[in-house]
Amino acid sequence: MKHIRNFCIIAHIDHGKSTLADRLLDFTNTVTEREKQDQLLDSMDLERERGITIKSHAIQMEYTYEGQEYILNLIDTPGHVDFSYEVSRSIAACEGALLIVDAAQSIQAQTISNLYLALENDLEIIPVLNKVDLPSANPEEVTDDIVDLLGCDPEEVIHASGKTGFGVDNILAAVIERIPAPKGSPDEPLQALIFDSVYNPFRGVETYFRVINGAIKKGQEIKFVATGKKYYADEVGTLKLNQVVKKEIKTGDVGYLITGIKDAREVKVGDTITDAKNPTKNAIEGFEDVKPMVFAGIYPVDTEDYEELRNSMEKLQLNDASLVFTPESSAALGFGFRCGFLGMLHMEIIQERLEREFNMTVITTVPNVSYHAFTKKNPDEIIIVNNPSDLPDPSGLDRVEEPYIKATIITKADFVGNVMSLCIEKRGQITNQTYLTTERVELSFDMPLAEIVFDFYDRLKTVSKGYASFDYSPIGMRASKLVRVDILLNAQPVDALSALIHFDNAYNIGKKMCEKLKELIPRQQFDIPIQAAIGAKIISRETIKALRKDVTAKCYGGDISRKRKLLEKQKKGKKRMRQVGNVEIPQQAFMAVLKLND
Amino acid sequence: MLLALQKELELRREELATTTVETIYFGGGTPSVLSSEEINQLLAVVSENYTVSETPEITLEANPDDLHEAKIMELAKSSVNRLSIGIQSFFDAHLTLMNRAHDSEEAKQCLEIATQYFDNITVDLIYGIPNMTMEEWQTNLQTVFDFGISHISSYALTVEPKTALEKFIRQGKYQNVSEEASLAHFNVLVQEAEKQGFVHYEISNFGKPNYFSKHNSSYWKGAHYIGIGPSAHSFDGKTRSWNVSNNTKYIKSMEQNELPSTTETLSKDDQYNEYVMTGLRTIWGISLQYIQKEFGDNYLHHTQKSAQKHLQEETLQTEKDSIKTTQKGKFLCDGIAADFFKV
Ligand SMILES: Nc1nc2c(ncn2[C@@H]2O[C@H](COP(=O)(O)OP(=O)(O)O)[C@@H](O)[C@H]2O)c(=O)[nH]1
Ligand SMILES: [Mg+2]
Repeated sequence: MKHIRNFCIIAHIDHGKSTLADRLLDFTNTVTEREKQDQLLDSMDLERERGITIKSHAIQMEYTYEGQEYILNLIDTPGHVDFSYEVSRSIAACEGALLIVDAAQSIQAQTISNLYLALENDLEIIPVLNKVDLPSANPEEVTDDIVDLLGCDPEEVIHASGKTGFGVDNILAAVIERIPAPKGSPDEPLQALIFDSVYNPFRGVETYFRVINGAIKKGQEIKFVATGKKYYADEVGTLKLNQVVKKEIKTGDVGYLITGIKDAREVKVGDTITDAKNPTKNAIEGFEDVKPMVFAGIYPVDTEDYEELRNSMEKLQLNDASLVFTPESSAALGFGFRCGFLGMLHMEIIQERLEREFNMTVITTVPNVSYHAFTKKNPDEIIIVNNPSDLPDPSGLDRVEEPYIKATIITKADFVGNVMSLCIEKRGQITNQTYLTTERVELSFDMPLAEIVFDFYDRLKTVSKGYASFDYSPIGMRASKLVRVDILLNAQPVDALSALIHFDNAYNIGKKMCEKLKELIPRQQFDIPIQAAIGAKIISRETIKALRKDVTAKCYGGDISRKRKLLEKQKKGKKRMRQVGNVEIPQQAFMAVLKLND
Repeated sequence: MLLALQKELELRREELATTTVETIYFGGGTPSVLSSEEINQLLAVVSENYTVSETPEITLEANPDDLHEAKIMELAKSSVNRLSIGIQSFFDAHLTLMNRAHDSEEAKQCLEIATQYFDNITVDLIYGIPNMTMEEWQTNLQTVFDFGISHISSYALTVEPKTALEKFIRQGKYQNVSEEASLAHFNVLVQEAEKQGFVHYEISNFGKPNYFSKHNSSYWKGAHYIGIGPSAHSFDGKTRSWNVSNNTKYIKSMEQNELPSTTETLSKDDQYNEYVMTGLRTIWGISLQYIQKEFGDNYLHHTQKSAQKHLQEETLQTEKDSIKTTQKGKFLCDGIAADFFKV
């Protein structure tokens, strides 16, 4: 045990976490020349393409340092606020963390919030100043920022470059010298923390865990504390580039477990694995059932594909237990599902995976958060509103509550004014303002979660010219003035376009929605009036003029193939449209409300 | 250039070995580059290397500023038997706006003389020009009718990106092309041309009986053709190819006996899509029998299914075994064709 080191990497997106992880794997000969690949730990195509880590990953390295053999377990964590619970569990599985800071960008909001998580878990922090090879690097100033933040010595900050490999040896030395070895007891009953799981279609769910006390052996009967379910450990092993089967994973080590579980929902991140016959008395602290934050309808573009969509969603859920869904129906779109997501990125990922991995073409409706409504008749009974159509009639409505968050934004002093205006426009109340340095300011707001859903990230990026980072955590429900804005096309309400909006913004947003839909819905052979309404009251109106002319003049020789290609593209677009009444609505129009300021 | 063209004609003789050449077309700009002797010289090379029909349609495309009396007389002596003249409009304001080199006087002069020497003449007319009144449009049509012209190709003005016209419209110097006006012009064109005995045989083409353009029609019937010269397109039923557009590169390549072309092979879906796209533009429409024979039952059912909605909306109609656009459908032809597309 004294030769094991468990550590994770904390970094803001693009500060070089994946690249540095690749270098660590090279340096310790964990991967051979042939197996080398960029962003090796990001195994999903989607992760590679977008350059983000969505799932946690773990890999074991062996390294000889001053004549001694060490086992280094690196746990890679997702880099987005939607997945902050997963991050917290990965952090809980470690004794130390590399805090990677881009030498040109300095510290960002997410770095700080994850750093706090790490400090709460008593992790040893090794600050790494990364990308020192960059001409725009600002090592002195950024080192000062780090020293300010951690209260450490400037000498403790390791200069490195994931690109050139500079400093990687120093990082490994620090991991061994500064991070403490695991402290558990081999004699106590088994206690292991689940920090992630992966679905394997042939072997069922693979559970990743860190042993805190005791050991886990092949064939042992085990129990998951939160679910109470018992299994046999069919296979255990460690995680190299490929899995390495072992008879036993001992105290302090990281490994995987296969039990034949077919449903990812049985494996809850944060749950404790213990021995079935001799269970531990204490579950590992910090377990939570993850709750979805954002809800939206997902419908097949072609109504006939409903059953196939259900199958695909069920399979996706085997992979991703944080996805929840229940059947719902819409007058406009027919049968579909109301889905709950961890956040907007998670929603995008699910939609993209449905399209890529399951070949489904789907329509996602306007997302909303989960509201609590109370009627005059029954003012104490909570009605959960996850869908605009669930909102009780205004005449019988007593009050509505909406979820609030504490938002933390770090930006340059120059942009404080812009960021404040944006947050106030988004109904935020400032609660704190701290100058981290003379240049960098941390702002805290209490804000409705719903406002984050509606084009907040993009606006924040714009008003701060990209120099703002953002993080949030929920702080409970507060009273709200909520209305449902309905959209009528050709005088017919289209329920799938309805949105729940704060009363103060309803007129403005209703107007913008009409304008955006006018832009997105292709002209057809008749005029199409678009109206926004609250109840029976029309608040805005636009008209899509009829298409009168749709023919190219010349069509000879080379024009023919040019024109064919153009029309083929048009036809492909049409395949993604949904006919509602006699109006064809493109897929992206259902999300129009999210892009009102583009 | 002449040598390069001759070389290409010789090199490619095998491509049309089993075909009789029915039409020959000298594209726009030719008259300013080649003399009539040179044109005859090229035609001689064609005859030596290809099987040419007894009565080929040989068209020369030219703008009025290239066709003064001497030139027309010279051409009349060559084998060219059809002139395609880019009149566009008889109003100077329109011609300036479209950046044409000729004026209205030259346009009339040219037709005056050309009609004396050539029986088979087609003119291009443009409508939907910013600020063009209906009276002006009708005057243009009447002028063409009065000259006894037997074929008209007429196009709505399209504003191409990155042209001076586009810039002026953006700056508000000209009004943007109005769809309503364009459509009204088109309807008048159809009506007036039909009154004069023209047949509206393709979206943009109107011909008196026996004066339909054999050359253009062959494009829409999927005929095989070879295009000679820089950026010329060729088609052999399955593959389409096109030469480099740069003159110097073209000539260099021909000097080395190499065809400077890029090829694209059409899949069955592509061929079907093109058949429908071009067919729906013509009075012949698309033939279900032909589709079944050439593409098979699947495509036939697909065609019938895709037609349903448009038959109901009366943008398409059936006639015996074919499907055609109605008057109402003609101006929406592209969108209708796209609905049939296999992608
Ligand atoms: N110049 C330079 N670029 C780096 C370095 N490390 C990473 N990058 C680049 O920074 C970008 C983000 O790196 P990545 O490892 O994906 O960051 P992650 O989002 O934190 O995982 C990529 O374009 C990398 O090539 C470095 O040390 N120097
Ligand atoms: Mg990454």
